[in-house]
Amino acid sequence: MNPPSETGSPSPNPAESPRYRTAGYDSDAQLLEVSLGPQHPSTHGVFRMNVALDGEDVVKLKPVFGYLHRNHEQIAEQVSYLGSMPYTDRLDYFCSLSNNWAYAAAVEKLAGIDVPERAEYIRVITSELTRLVNHTSFLGFMLSDMGAWGTVLMYAFREREKILDLFESLTGSRMMGNYMRFGGCRCDLPPGWLEQARKVVDGYPAFLDEMESLIATNEIVISRTQRIGRLPADKAVNGSMTGPCLRASGVNYDIRKVDRYGIYDRFEFRVPLGDHGDCYDRLMIRFLEMRETLKILRPALRDIPEGPVMDPKARQRNLRPPEGEAYARVEAPKGELGFYLISDASDKPYRYRVRPPSLINLTLLEDLCLGEKIADVMVILGTIDIVLGEVDR
Amino acid sequence: MTALSGTIPVFASLEGAPIALKAWILGMLENMGMPEPFLMLVSIQLSILGFFSVFLLLFVLASWFERKILARIQNRRGPNRVGPAGLLQPIADGIKMLTKEDIVPVAADKVLHACAPVLIILPAFLAMAILPYGKNMTPVELEVGILLFFAVSTATELAVFMAGWASLNKFSMLGAMRAVAQILSYELPLILAATSVVMITGSLSLTAMVEAQGGYLLGILPNWHVFTPWGFAAFAMFFISALAESNRTPFDLPEGESELVAGHMTEYSGFKYALFFISEYLGLYVVCGFAVALFLGGWQAPLPFLTFIPSWIWFFAKILCLVFVAMWIRGTFPRVRVDHLMNFAWKFVIPLGVMVLVSAAVWHLAGRGPLGWILSLPPLLIPYWLMARAYGRNYDAGGRVYRFAE
Repeated sequence: MNPPSETGSPSPNPAESPRYRTAGYDSDAQLLEVSLGPQHPSTHGVFRMNVALDGEDVVKLKPVFGYLHRNHEQIAEQVSYLGSMPYTDRLDYFCSLSNNWAYAAAVEKLAGIDVPERAEYIRVITSELTRLVNHTSFLGFMLSDMGAWGTVLMYAFREREKILDLFESLTGSRMMGNYMRFGGCRCDLPPGWLEQARKVVDGYPAFLDEMESLIATNEIVISRTQRIGRLPADKAVNGSMTGPCLRASGVNYDIRKVDRYGIYDRFEFRVPLGDHGDCYDRLMIRFLEMRETLKILRPALRDIPEGPVMDPKARQRNLRPPEGEAYARVEAPKGELGFYLISDASDKPYRYRVRPPSLINLTLLEDLCLGEKIADVMVILGTIDIVLGEVDR
Repeated sequence: MTALSGTIPVFASLEGAPIALKAWILGMLENMGMPEPFLMLVSIQLSILGFFSVFLLLFVLASWFERKILARIQNRRGPNRVGPAGLLQPIADGIKMLTKEDIVPVAADKVLHACAPVLIILPAFLAMAILPYGKNMTPVELEVGILLFFAVSTATELAVFMAGWASLNKFSMLGAMRAVAQILSYELPLILAATSVVMITGSLSLTAMVEAQGGYLLGILPNWHVFTPWGFAAFAMFFISALAESNRTPFDLPEGESELVAGHMTEYSGFKYALFFISEYLGLYVVCGFAVALFLGGWQAPLPFLTFIPSWIWFFAKILCLVFVAMWIRGTFPRVRVDHLMNFAWKFVIPLGVMVLVSAAVWHLAGRGPLGWILSLPPLLIPYWLMARAYGRNYDAGGRVYRFAE
């Protein structure tokens, strides 16, 4: 009945792998190998997990990705610096504007370009709105993975649409912003945009309260997430996990606080930390982070100065940064998003490398899932919050 | 019939309308000279045809109703393109299902694969035969009706396992194993809950159970089992177990789509898939029908001055209310996990079910009155409180407090 093993492990029987033995399972047990994906309702795209099951317990899990590989980094080395800006939208397609920022920041660092103050404010506002979009839809997707039939998802999307409308009027596109440029932003805010954004931000706490009252004390949600997929802090650090998942394990590491890049030092906000590192903490940290994000957005929308949104000296086309290398990172909604560039003084990057938070967070998936039930795998994968566009690039 | 029914003759004639219609057809056939044995056959066929068509119509309505309700819960509009308010959507779906290619996996056990969808729909229809739809409207009057229901509803798991095994698909197999475990463990609380009613009415016949719930307390409060301490607990247990039996959210683990794609139905397409779909809804109607007959007074009207409305309308209205609650739950709750489901059944519902029996006995011995209320509550509430506390101890149920770094 079993098809030949496709895990690529040297031993055909997963029971003989060292990890399996350390998990304390009887190696005579009959295991069922299941390939979840690449076409599966809840793997968030074309992601595949080869899972070995003892009954319903996961004894081995191998993530397989690469089904969405688009050769992003190689393409970026063949086109001009500006030419890869639209491609960065497609990395994590929920958070195109923070991707834009990370790439623009790397090129600005490489070429020594300054950013005007208004543009800095716009960057903070858009990328914090992006964080709201991402965490809101995260809640919806995760509850759908848990079997809530899309009700939470629809509530989340109702709110997400309001922010996407803002993005549309600002960038012309709801999801693929392609908005930031080296030395600023492509265009100024349309008239009335700030008013509209203030309205959305002011309406958000009510939505968050509603969602929290729906989710946080629901018995089934609690029983499905508490003490499930626990990640100790040392393991999270060793696995170089970043973002909300790391902070849910209690590690105080937020690049907005560590690097104070852009103008983040002007805002008062706190970094929520979890103590258990389980799925429930990862879920709640997102709620708390959204509330903190609103604390950034309100003063930013109030204090944004008038002025140019583009450094007049900055060149977009035919940009030839001096020889050298630069790494710039931002706190993307999913974790540390970094771009590493080497310039050989030509108009194309010599080397272009993305540090995608989704991929690196995903590497800890097996450690989180071992010993849990098959149904928990989906919840754990949901709480890690991956986007396959970024995992595979 | 009260005096009111005299003033509204439409309702009075509606009360016996289904029976009168049958008698009229039979009388016409007899006048045409049809021999006696054939008349018997036709009479049986007419009853079967009656509830087949009513329930299939209800299924069609339910699939539309469910989509509309879920849509309203989810801030959507739901089907609104085919026909007025999307009412013809189920028909369009039916045409789609019928014209789809019937795919059988190469390695599947073809005979079993084809048998399973047929077999799964049979128990629901069998159980329908003994439901008391209204006054003198039980298609098959069985002295041991409730036993037949349990015997028949257990047969669904055979079909589910058949489907899972014959598909030769790992998702199907896992789903089928879950389904069998789930149905087996929720059969027990279902039986325990029904047993309490059997104890009180002293009969296994559903008609007797419904008739025992007739009359009104103080002339206004319906004398239904659900309005007694043991009856309320038994009804809650029965309804929860019924949701689990019919694989409804939050117990839809066998087809848990987020991990098992579609469970035992993964390898089915076209009309075979539709049969699974139909059987699920019919199963829901049947268990809701039994819940109505056992606890909600069957075809009895809820208030004495409403008795002029025909009994069968009350029965179906009550079923639809319960079905609505099931849909509401589906739109609201996430899915439980398989081990939580088992723990809940064996460590919570079944012990409570035993206490319901104790409580029902106390209720009977204390004279089924105010003294019964006082004495039959403690055997329910104390174990409930103790078990709920033990159950909640595993979780930080009140939420957690989070630290913040500046």
